[in-house]
Amino acid sequence: MANVKKSPWMMHYDGSSCNGCDIEVLACLTPLYDVERFGVINTGNPKHADILLITGSVNTQNEPVVKQIYEQMCNPKVVVAIGICACNGGVFKDCYNIKGGIDTTIPVDIYVPGCAARPEAIIDGVAKAVELLQKKSDALKEGKADEA
Amino acid sequence: MGNRSIVPFGPQHPVLPEPVHLDLVLEDEKVVEAVPSIGFVHRGLEELCTKRDFNDYLYVFERICGICSFGHGLGYCEALEDVFGAEVPERAKYLRTIWSEMSRLHSHLLWLGLLADAFGFDALFMQCWRIRESVLDMFEASTGGRVIFSVNTIGGVLKDMDSEMLSAFSKKFDEMEKQLKEVSDIFLNDYTVMRRLKGVGILTKEDAQRLDAVGPMARASGIAVDIRKTGYEAYKDIDFEVVTSNDCDGYARCCVRIGELFQSFNIIKQAIAKIPDTELSVKCKGFPNGEAYARIEQPRGEALYFIKANGTKFLERVRVRTPTFVNIASLIHILPGSDLADVPLQILTIDPCISCTER
Amino acid sequence: MRLDENTMKTIESGELIKVMLLKQREGFRLIQVHAVSVKGGYELTYTLGKDYVIENYRVNLNENDEIPTITDLYPSAMLYENEMAVLFGVKIISTNPDYDNKFYRIKATTPFKVKEDK
Repeated sequence: MANVKKSPWMMHYDGSSCNGCDIEVLACLTPLYDVERFGVINTGNPKHADILLITGSVNTQNEPVVKQIYEQMCNPKVVVAIGICACNGGVFKDCYNIKGGIDTTIPVDIYVPGCAARPEAIIDGVAKAVELLQKKSDALKEGKADEA
Repeated sequence: MGNRSIVPFGPQHPVLPEPVHLDLVLEDEKVVEAVPSIGFVHRGLEELCTKRDFNDYLYVFERICGICSFGHGLGYCEALEDVFGAEVPERAKYLRTIWSEMSRLHSHLLWLGLLADAFGFDALFMQCWRIRESVLDMFEASTGGRVIFSVNTIGGVLKDMDSEMLSAFSKKFDEMEKQLKEVSDIFLNDYTVMRRLKGVGILTKEDAQRLDAVGPMARASGIAVDIRKTGYEAYKDIDFEVVTSNDCDGYARCCVRIGELFQSFNIIKQAIAKIPDTELSVKCKGFPNGEAYARIEQPRGEALYFIKANGTKFLERVRVRTPTFVNIASLIHILPGSDLADVPLQILTIDPCISCTER
Repeated sequence: MRLDENTMKTIESGELIKVMLLKQREGFRLIQVHAVSVKGGYELTYTLGKDYVIENYRVNLNENDEIPTITDLYPSAMLYENEMAVLFGVKIISTNPDYDNKFYRIKATTPFKVKEDK
């Protein structure tokens, strides 16, 4: 982790998850797991955020919301799909109102499976996102905008 | 009359982890009307019962909500056991009671933390969630899951807790009770906390009755209704009082929930002392046929489960009426008159669980 | 609790308001309303409760029958009625407030309704 010079900010959006993964994401911020020791901080504003954590799948009603949040974030940005519902729909895949995983709507960089995803897995995902963010920001600096 | 404007609130909001959207009609800073629009988490999982067989559907059903997961599984199993006419063994009933109360502990602690976060007391938020982790550790030790447990089965439970584990848990609960006393002292007596909660979101007893409020919301308005008193599972053998308050505001809701936390420790202690040694489950053979409902007291209030089976492996209809669904009516009622800045706090005082509501 | 003749009364849709009014005066609260889609129509179940007593009323409807709202008596019924309208297509007269089938904004129309070919 020594190569990370910045302190990235993350944002969390609950797609149509069952709260299980949401609560685990929040649990990561609290004393036992404490993801803030990697310099990551939770924010509510998409324009401040570098990492977007999404739990739950996309449905008809939240599709524009997910898109809008993604578009509002500044480059470079990393999207982490947390939980099996965010990866591909999970147990709700056959429901009439579920479109599928997050990658049906916006590009996803890191997938964290699990139902519910364990805090250790989420922290691992975030740590990977921090690394990827560094790479993307380096690429952006060198003028390779398409790689970021 | 001041200037009227409409402010959209949500679905993505820093204070609320879940997506809820309200259109707030404001007159200067005061809310005059709140129009909710829900459905951001609507998956339509009630309809899945016609595509999954009734045993598999239990696992879908438990995922209605990750906070009240145990209760949803329990309600579904209870309703189906009624259809089958199965009598659940006593030990299973006691185990279910213990797990239900543990769910209440973790849910109320979660809520207390989020409430502290909403009025900007971050240290308190962290403390509540730190205590909550010990409940989750116990859940993990006894069921194998932190969030989704899947220990209920139609006719009983799948996992047992041996006496060693139960006595270890008792010790842990005593420790937790001590830690909780320190934290609850801040919630109930701290000047700044009281300033934020007292007189906020008043729901009078008459209004609570008119709007059919349930759970801590109703009990904080002086209505002593607690479905645990109907004596489902092992609650019939357990001695407890319904916690109520007559203050009708946000502070009263906080008091009621803290009272229930201490009560849960007591109920678990009684259940551990009385637990009998029997089988864990009975077999339910064949396919269910008939209609039944079950009522249980979830951390957020009364939940009702309805099942219609038609003698095949697919159920015809499963319906769950979750507590937050009815409490939305009360929420719309308490918002008018408050400041815009107080809106997130008011929404939190009803302890909303959006994924339960929209299913 | 099993639902059968002992625990549930079947009433006509015309009687609904009268029954609800009487029960409301007795101090019953509305616990829930739900619909089940059956061939050619719907079964609506109204569940009322007072303290720990619970009463169920069943109304059988044909597909195109309309049913009056009970939101004037029980304001919280607007949630159930709007939900039934969007998911089942039950025709309810003058729900207040009426979300006009936008309670859940879903792509599918009345997904819970029994398909004709079944």
